Amino acid sequence: MTGILAASGPVIPDFGEASSCVQDNRLFCPDWVRDNWGPVLQPALLQHVKLVVIAVAIGFVLAFAAALVARRSTWFERPFDLFSALVYTIPSLALFQLLVPITGLTVTTVEVALVSYTLLILFRNILTGFRSVPADVLEAARGMGMGSFQVLRRVELPLALPAIMAGVRVATVSTIALATVAAFVIPEGLGRPIFLALRQFFNTELIVTAILAVALALVADGLLVLAQRALTPWTRIKAGS
Amino acid sequence: MADAAARIVFDHVTKRYPGRAAPAVDDLTLEIPAGEICILVGPSGGGKTTAMKMVNRLVDMTEGDIRIGDESVRDRDVTELRRGIGYVIQQTGLFPHMTVAENVATVPRLLGWDKHRTESRVDELLDLVDLPAVDYRARYAAQLSGGERQRVGLARALAADPPVMLMDEPFGALDPITRTRLQHELLRIQREVRKTVIFVTHDIDEAILMGDRIAILRPGGRLAQYDTPEAILAGPADDFVADFVGADRGLKRLSLTRLDELPLQPLDGARGPALAGSTTLRDALSTMLSEGSRVVVVLDGEGAPRGSITLDALAERLES
Repeated sequence: MTGILAASGPVIPDFGEASSCVQDNRLFCPDWVRDNWGPVLQPALLQHVKLVVIAVAIGFVLAFAAALVARRSTWFERPFDLFSALVYTIPSLALFQLLVPITGLTVTTVEVALVSYTLLILFRNILTGFRSVPADVLEAARGMGMGSFQVLRRVELPLALPAIMAGVRVATVSTIALATVAAFVIPEGLGRPIFLALRQFFNTELIVTAILAVALALVADGLLVLAQRALTPWTRIKAGS
Repeated sequence: MADAAARIVFDHVTKRYPGRAAPAVDDLTLEIPAGEICILVGPSGGGKTTAMKMVNRLVDMTEGDIRIGDESVRDRDVTELRRGIGYVIQQTGLFPHMTVAENVATVPRLLGWDKHRTESRVDELLDLVDLPAVDYRARYAAQLSGGERQRVGLARALAADPPVMLMDEPFGALDPITRTRLQHELLRIQREVRKTVIFVTHDIDEAILMGDRIAILRPGGRLAQYDTPEAILAGPADDFVADFVGADRGLKRLSLTRLDELPLQPLDGARGPALAGSTTLRDALSTMLSEGSRVVVVLDGEGAPRGSITLDALAERLES
C-alpha cells in the first residue's frame, strides 16, 4: 500500500510560515481554510465531483441497458444481479489492488472501481421501476397503437422514474463517500487532503475536508430530490384534491 | 368528421394457446353490422376477451380471419390498425403520469395532429363524456373517482374518431349506481357517434341493456347463440343459453320495451297507478303487482293521461 501512497504530492501545510493556530494544531483554524481554499480544497472538491459524476453516469448507462434486457428476459436478471452483488462485496482497497496491475495508477482504475459499486444499486432500482408499471397501463398503451419504443419513452420510463431516481440518489451519495478512497491511486479528490491530514495528524484539514464531503453528499442528494420533483409532478397529487 | 363505422366479420376464428389441448376460441363466426353494439357474453373460460383482443391483434389468432370493412386485420400494420380502434378496459389503463387532457390526446399525438386540433378535440370529447373541460383537463387520474376515470378512458378511446371500439368489461369495477348511469350515457353517446362496438361482459343484464346483438359464448370458446336480445330471450337456442339468461327471461324481455312503444288502450275511465311513457314494461308489471291493479295509466310528456295498459296486454306481448 505504501507504493500507492507514494504517489501523493508535497507536504501541506508548511508549518514554517503558518499561524500559531496551525503550529499548535488546534482543533480548527479558520485562517488555514481561508489560505488553502484556492490551492488545495477547491480543486480537490471539483475533482471529487468529476470522479462521482463520471462514475454514476457510466454506471447508470450500464445498469439501464442491463435492466432493459432483464425486463424482458428473466434468464438475464439472476446472473447480472449475482455479478453486481459479488463486485459490491469486494472491499474497495482490494479491488484497487486487483486493478492497478491492469490499468495502472490512473483515473481509469478509480472509475472502474467506482462504477462497479454503483451497478448493484442502480440495476435493482431501475428494474424495480420498470416492474412497477401497472399491467393495465401497459396494455392500454399497446392497445392504442404505441410501438415498443414509444411505450418505453412515454409510459414505462416516466412511471419508473421515482424508483430510478431513488437508486441514483443512493448511488450518488455512496459514491461521494467511496471516492475519497481514490486518493490511494491518484492524487485527486477529497481523499487527498484527508490522507495528508491523517499522516500529519493535522486537525483542521481533516475536519474541513470531512465537512466538505458530507456537504457535497447533502447538496447532491438535495438537487436530485428537486430534479425528481420537477420530473414527476403526478406523484405529489393527493386523491380527491 | 366521423369515419364511417365499419362492419366486423369473424370468419371461422380459432385461438389455441401452446400447451393447452382445448382451444380458447373455437371456430367463431359472426358478423357485426356497421354502427351496432355487439356484446360478447358468457361465463369465464368462454374466450370472450380473447376473441375481442384478436380484433386489435393483442392476441394473434391461430386459424381463420377477422375483417374490418373488407380488410383483414392481418394485412394491416399492427400499430396503424390499433390507432384506428378505440380500446377501453376495465382497470381503465389511464396513464397516471399524464393529465386528463394528455391522456385523451394520446392517439391524436401518435397520429401527429397539430396542437390546436388536438386541444379542441380533447375539449369536445370531455364535453361529450360530461366532464367539463375547464375543471378536468389538468387533473391526474389519482384525482378522479372510478366513474370519472372510466369516462376519461372512453373519451381517450374516441379521440381519433375510430370506426371501431373494443370495450373489455368497461363498467365491471364500478358501483351499481355509477355503472347504470354510465351504461345509459354510453348508449346516448353511441346514438351520436355510431361506432361499431364489441363489448365484453359477463353480466347478462348489461348485455341485454347495451346490446343491439348478443353473442353468447360457452366454455371452450364456442358460440352458443348470436342474435338480438329480444330473440335470445324469446327463444334460447338450448339449455345452456336458457340457463345463462336466467329463469326470469320473460321479465327481462319486458324490460326491453317501454310503455309508449305499445299500442295504448283508450282510458274509458280506467283507474290505476299512473306511469310515465318511458317506464319499461317490467317496471309497469311490478307496479301492477305491488299496487294490486290490473291496469296502469300511461302519461304523456306533460303528465296528462294518454291511455292505459292492462295486465293482459303485457301477457300477450310475451306470447308473441
